[in-house]
Amino acid sequence: MIPFEFEYFRPETAEDAVRLYHELAQSGLEPVYYGGGSELLTMARAGNRRFGAVIDVKAIPECAAVEEEGDKVYFGSAATLGAIERSGLFPLLGRTGARIADHTMQLRITLGGNIAGTIRYREAVLPLIIADASMEVYTPDGAQSVSIHQVFSGRLDLPPGALLVGCRVAKEYARARHGHVKKTKSEKIDYPVATVCALDADGYLRFAVSGVHENPFRDLTLEEIFNDTRTVPRLRADKIVEMVRPGAVSDVLGSAEYRLFTFKRALMEIFAMEREGAMV
Amino acid sequence: MIAYKQATEIKLRVNGQICAVTVPPNELLLDTLRSRLGLTGAKPGCRNGDCGACTVLVDGEPVKSCLMLTVEAAGRDILTVEGLQSAPVQQAFIEQFAFQCGYCTSGFLMVCHALRMHHPDPPDHVIDAWLDSNICRCTSYAEIGRAVRSLLKGDIPKNAAKKNN
Repeated sequence: MIPFEFEYFRPETAEDAVRLYHELAQSGLEPVYYGGGSELLTMARAGNRRFGAVIDVKAIPECAAVEEEGDKVYFGSAATLGAIERSGLFPLLGRTGARIADHTMQLRITLGGNIAGTIRYREAVLPLIIADASMEVYTPDGAQSVSIHQVFSGRLDLPPGALLVGCRVAKEYARARHGHVKKTKSEKIDYPVATVCALDADGYLRFAVSGVHENPFRDLTLEEIFNDTRTVPRLRADKIVEMVRPGAVSDVLGSAEYRLFTFKRALMEIFAMEREGAMV
Repeated sequence: MIAYKQATEIKLRVNGQICAVTVPPNELLLDTLRSRLGLTGAKPGCRNGDCGACTVLVDGEPVKSCLMLTVEAAGRDILTVEGLQSAPVQQAFIEQFAFQCGYCTSGFLMVCHALRMHHPDPPDHVIDAWLDSNICRCTSYAEIGRAVRSLLKGDIPKNAAKKNN
C-alpha cells in the first residue's frame, strides 16, 4: 500500500488527459502523469513524493504505439523499454533500454518515464538527442511537434500539465551504425558511472553521455574533437575528458576522477569499435 | 475514461478464476494477492522492484507486483506461483536443488516459466538477462541456471512434476 491516498484515472485520449490534468490541478489534487509507475511508486512508498491523482496514459493509443511511419519511426511515451527493444525499429535505443534496470523492469519502465523522471541518468534520451528526434507534446492548445533540442537540456522542460505523447526519429538515424558502452561500478545492473551512445551520421560520429555530469548531455564541440582524425584517439579522448572535468559529479557511486577515468575508457571503446568495424 | 476515486470493486482474473475485490487506488497488486486473496506465493522482499521475489505474470509478462497498482490489473490475466499447477519448471528446480531458503523461489519460477513461453530455445545471453531480474541471497544462481537450462533443453517431461505429487 502506498502510504497516502490518491485518485486514479485512465483516459483514452491525450486531449482528455491534459484537460483532466488541469482540472485536477485547479482543484488542488496535484496530479501526475503515470506510465510504468516504477519511479513514482518507489518514491511514494519511501515518502519522497506525494501526489493526489495519477493519470495513467497507457490506454492512449498514441502514447502506447511503437511503429514505422514512412521514413520515420515512432515511439509512444508509454511504450516500454522492452517493447522498443523487441520492435527492432531503433537498435541503439533498444540496446540502451536493455541496459536500464533489469529485464522484468524493462517491461514496465516507459520511454517517457525514463526521460521525464527525476532519476538523473535518463539514459533513454541519449539515442534520441543524437538522432535529432522530434517530440510530440500535447498541451491545452493542442498537439505540437518540437525538436528534442528545444525541450530537453539535461532534463525535460515542458509547461506544467503538458503531456509528452511520443517521439519520432528519421529512419536514416534509427538504422545508422552505432555503439553503446555502459560502465557501472560493480554490478551489471546499476546506475551508470558513465554511459556513452554514439551514432554514425554520414561518416560523422555523434555522441551523448550520461552519468558523468549531473544530467545527460551532448556537446557539439566535443563531437568535433571526437571526429578530428588528425589526432590519435587517445589524445582526442584526453582532450574531451579535460573539457568535461569541470562538471563531473562526485557521489557515493564514484568520485569525479573515477567517473572521468571510466568515461575515457568508454570513449576508447567507441574508438575501438569504429576502428575494428564493430559498430553495427 | 476509467476513474477510481475511492475503494471500488474491480474484477481480477487470477490463475484462471475471476475474483471480485474492493480496493483503494493506492493498493499494490502484491498486497491484494496476499492479503485479500490469500495467495502468499508472491513474496514481499525489497518492495522496491529490485529483488523480484514478488514476481507474477500479467498477460504472460513478468511483473514485480510490488510496483503495480491493483487497479491497473483489472481485467488482465494474472498468474501466480499457485497457478503453475506443478509446471515442469517446478520439477526442474527440485531436480537441480535450485533453492536453499526458498524465499526467492516463487519469483524465479515465474520468470523461468515466462522465459520458456516467450523463448522456447533462447541463447545464453537471453537466459542470463531474464534471470538477472531476480536476486537469491542464498546465491543458488548456478543451480537455478542449471534448472532453467535443463527445462529449456527438454530434460523435464511436461507432466513430471504431477507424477511426483
